Amino acid sequence: MSVIETVGLTKDYDYGHIKRSQRRALDHLDLSVEDGEIFGLIGPNGAGKTTTLKLLMGLVFPSEGRASILERAVDDPAVKRQIGYLPEHPYFYDYLTGRELLLYFGQLFGLQKTERRNRAYELLEKVGMLEAADEPLRKYSKGMTQRIGIAQALINRPRIVFLDEPMSGLDPVGRREMTELVRELRASGVTVLFCSHILSDVEALCDRVAILNKGRLIESGSLSDILDVSVQNVEVVLAGASDALEKKITENDGKVHRSGARLHASFVTAAAFDSLLGAVSEDGASIVSVTPVKQRLEDHFVQELLKEPSP
Amino acid sequence: MKSVGYVALNTFRETVRDKVLYNLLLFALLMISSSYVLGKISVYQEIKIIKDLGLASISIFGMVIAIFIGIGLVSKEIDKRTLYSLLSKPVSRAQFLAGKYCGLCLTLLVNVLIMTIGLYGVLFAMREPFEPALMTAIFLIYMKLCVLVAVAILFSTFTTSILAGLFTGFVYVAGYFSSDLKNFDTIVESGVLPALTTVLYYVLPNFRNFDVKAPVVAGHAVPMSQVGWATLYALLYVSLVLVVSIWVFQKRNLK
Repeated sequence: MSVIETVGLTKDYDYGHIKRSQRRALDHLDLSVEDGEIFGLIGPNGAGKTTTLKLLMGLVFPSEGRASILERAVDDPAVKRQIGYLPEHPYFYDYLTGRELLLYFGQLFGLQKTERRNRAYELLEKVGMLEAADEPLRKYSKGMTQRIGIAQALINRPRIVFLDEPMSGLDPVGRREMTELVRELRASGVTVLFCSHILSDVEALCDRVAILNKGRLIESGSLSDILDVSVQNVEVVLAGASDALEKKITENDGKVHRSGARLHASFVTAAAFDSLLGAVSEDGASIVSVTPVKQRLEDHFVQELLKEPSP
Repeated sequence: MKSVGYVALNTFRETVRDKVLYNLLLFALLMISSSYVLGKISVYQEIKIIKDLGLASISIFGMVIAIFIGIGLVSKEIDKRTLYSLLSKPVSRAQFLAGKYCGLCLTLLVNVLIMTIGLYGVLFAMREPFEPALMTAIFLIYMKLCVLVAVAILFSTFTTSILAGLFTGFVYVAGYFSSDLKNFDTIVESGVLPALTTVLYYVLPNFRNFDVKAPVVAGHAVPMSQVGWATLYALLYVSLVLVVSIWVFQKRNLK
């Protein structure tokens, strides 16, 4: 069942005061997110990711097309009761403490006093903010604000969560915790739509992705569908390799670069490396590692963007 | 309706945690207290001066609080993007605006009450008996402030804080001269100007309706019908301005 759907969703922004012009931020986006999946919306800056989320949240209105959540209009109060949203670079009422913010938002969802307090405590603990819970938000660092932002998005036990750049501002531990949290959400049946340009996070988490560029959808599908899962090349790390061996590898279509005493070589096929095994042995170099590399989302993403015609 | 109440209470919390409010309130109380000194040096006029200055302080500082806090209530939420997470909750734009309006009116009510206590405190120190007529004047000042807050919120739904402040300030001043606008056609007989001033007369609030300071200070009673009509006028004006504000705000893209 599709829980988020956009059909021909388009957004033009007006700019300029005297001479009015328009910029198309989103161009006829058709998207369908299934119940219980983690869906990644990826694209470079200005691709239309945040605009898509703002349209889905009813913060901006479409110029053309339509969007629906749970088969209802996006501004339907029944929809809002079932969603959670973490905006990009979140900023909350800085005169409130982290706990007060969660309690306030809990009130807006109609949570009873005890339930509200318990839920706030549970979420503060989950995002590691219990110690700073009673400090005003104006004293929070970027990472702490992001953590509170995630907690407020989950206050109502949402069925669908929209996360705009959720890893932004988080340290490596925070990012790992966030990854675990998103996995937990999926395990409990929550649908997650998240925007990111950190592709390793998307690759690690998402069931399906959509690639946007300049407001248009370039590609959409499951990671296994859009990525070539066969081995793309073989990366070999050698220690004690001479300049002669480096030259020989280059002549055999290998790409090399040195890093300290190590030589990193990349071959298009495993066979190309096999033919040089004798030369490595003769050279007296030792093999540190041999890694078969499959296509990564980042490579695919860059390839797809390069195909796009320049404006 | 509950959402409106929660937004209003949070707005009240926002304003009472704002240091600017305390500075203004302190200044207002100082003004009211200083009327005690002025009263002492004004032979036979002391009580009149205290009442005059006290009511003027409540009106002026209430106006400053209404404009300075009112203009930022919506635009600040848009500029700082705090509105994004709020509107993703089950709160409509209309509920948000109504909540913001009620919250600031509540703040003003508390401030006006504190200033009223200050004024009666000074009168008590002068051994003046409790005079309920002053309450009528203060009530109508509060009604005027409620109208002003609605105007400030209307402007802040579509323009920047600075422009909203300027426009609201203009409406405040013009609101005292709106009766003069009505008679403009007796001075200029033809042209577009009389038509324009007639439109302005009906659009701008008439703040003179709420001004009963002079008769109250002079010890004259204010007819209850006048208070009733002024209150009804304020309620209608506020309702209309809020409806327009909501209409404007509902169309706005929050980029």
